[in-house]
Amino acid sequence: MNAIWTIAKKELSTFFDSLVAYFLLTIFLFLCGLFTWFILSDVFLTNQASLRTFFFWAGVLLMVFIPAITMGMLAEEKNTGTIELLLTKSVSDRQVVIGKFVACFLLVVIALAFTLPYYFTVAYLGNIDHGATICGYLGLILVSASYISLCLFASSITKSQIVAFLLGLVICFFLGFVFFFLSMQTNGLISEVFQTLSVRDHYESIARGVIDTKDLIYFLSLTTIGILLAEVSITNR
Amino acid sequence: MDIVINNLTKTYGPQKAVDGISFNVKTGEILGFLGPNGAGKTTTMKILTNYIKATSGEVTIDGKLVSENADELKKHIGYLPEHNPLYLEMPIMDYLWFCAELQGVHKSNIPGRMGEMIRLCGLNAEKHKKIGELSKGYRQRVGIAQAMIHDPQILILDEPTTGLDPNQIVEIRELIKKLGEEKTVILSTHILPEVEATCDRILIINNGKIVADGTSATLRKQAQGSEVLQVRIEDGQLDAVFQGLQQLYSTEVVDIKNREKQLFEIQSVKEVSSAKEIFKLCVKNGWTLLEMTPLETKLEDIFRDLTLN
Repeated sequence: MNAIWTIAKKELSTFFDSLVAYFLLTIFLFLCGLFTWFILSDVFLTNQASLRTFFFWAGVLLMVFIPAITMGMLAEEKNTGTIELLLTKSVSDRQVVIGKFVACFLLVVIALAFTLPYYFTVAYLGNIDHGATICGYLGLILVSASYISLCLFASSITKSQIVAFLLGLVICFFLGFVFFFLSMQTNGLISEVFQTLSVRDHYESIARGVIDTKDLIYFLSLTTIGILLAEVSITNR
Repeated sequence: MDIVINNLTKTYGPQKAVDGISFNVKTGEILGFLGPNGAGKTTTMKILTNYIKATSGEVTIDGKLVSENADELKKHIGYLPEHNPLYLEMPIMDYLWFCAELQGVHKSNIPGRMGEMIRLCGLNAEKHKKIGELSKGYRQRVGIAQAMIHDPQILILDEPTTGLDPNQIVEIRELIKKLGEEKTVILSTHILPEVEATCDRILIINNGKIVADGTSATLRKQAQGSEVLQVRIEDGQLDAVFQGLQQLYSTEVVDIKNREKQLFEIQSVKEVSSAKEIFKLCVKNGWTLLEMTPLETKLEDIFRDLTLN
């Protein structure tokens, strides 16, 4: 437990020391703000005191934001050889992966915390559904956890940050978009399989305020699978 | 803590990097690991630290299998990998703190241990810099500092003195020697005088196999077998001296090395010293003995002999 926190702390401070975190946070918040308030079906156009637009766009932006923060996590360590130093310390492979996961997760939570002013603003403008908003945030956090762990796996199988980023992007887009479109194009059992695999339905039902065990199991199993795959991949060295 | 390596083999595809090697290292012993590039030194060290798994064979530390008790044993190992990989974007102090914390040093002891390492490794002037801003020698010192930060019982150092200046090399050797009195140290190097200066025991490996194991003195004896003397004798006819030397009971081969200086190289019969006889011969004939130097086989020659075929 201690080792996990030590690694997470180190990764977080590296993020904030190297300006990467500030840069990514700024872009994420800028685009979230743009889509929520100014472009396409923004809050003013729909004329409802609801953050549904924000939750949709935040989900989309996370598909790019998360591969960008996880790409270097294991790929760079493998590239420079520091992974050898790390894994010969008194930590297990799993603790290393979980430590990195915690660091990325906290960074995403920080990013999402900065969007809370949207919530307060909309709540001021009209009669917002507090329950649905809290559930929306919970949904975002669960989606993020799944994306992070799978993108960590992407980072664990290559030495190149770019490859890790692109691979993470592909994984996120498959979960976020492609499976959904495939389920629309097919029917019967296959369609249902794609629908279950797609993040969209699970996320939307939570964002509507319905917390179903089925959806929780979906996100938690994606997260676990990602972490286990990343662990297996760094154990086979 | 004793390290016992038993029949260790590691194959990469068809190639055997380490081929059935066995040896022990005891507490208080400094073992020098020698071998040409690609001999299997680094692979062996990576297996000892449980970074990679052996194909077959086993390593036990303190009677426990490394492959099964890695999490517990890694606490007692300090490791400096080849090429000294470091987090370049981290400040030295943060990095040492990170390593100490990972190795389970108690929080209240960390500042003390860090101060000690900074002093021992001569990092004081640079301690607030980022590792990436340091020169190669200073990075090497950081690598050594992180290996020793938790005061480990076992030190495994892969080429610890590369990139250091001569003064620093001497300091680090002294440090390793001092640590070696109570701890178990394994170090690999290409620098042969370094092994002689620091190690109690030398292990030469070639193509994944152990080709020599012993102190530098025993290795010399093995390689040489007989005594070789360089002798300079004046005030006598060259031929007469040459014949006189050849007729001695204890000399096997006599070579004239320099006719003008009357310099000879004399190899004795195995296990016998010819020095006394040569002296007596000179006294008997009234020759002047100007020089008598035992020629040692250089470690370089032993190394070349053992690894070139």
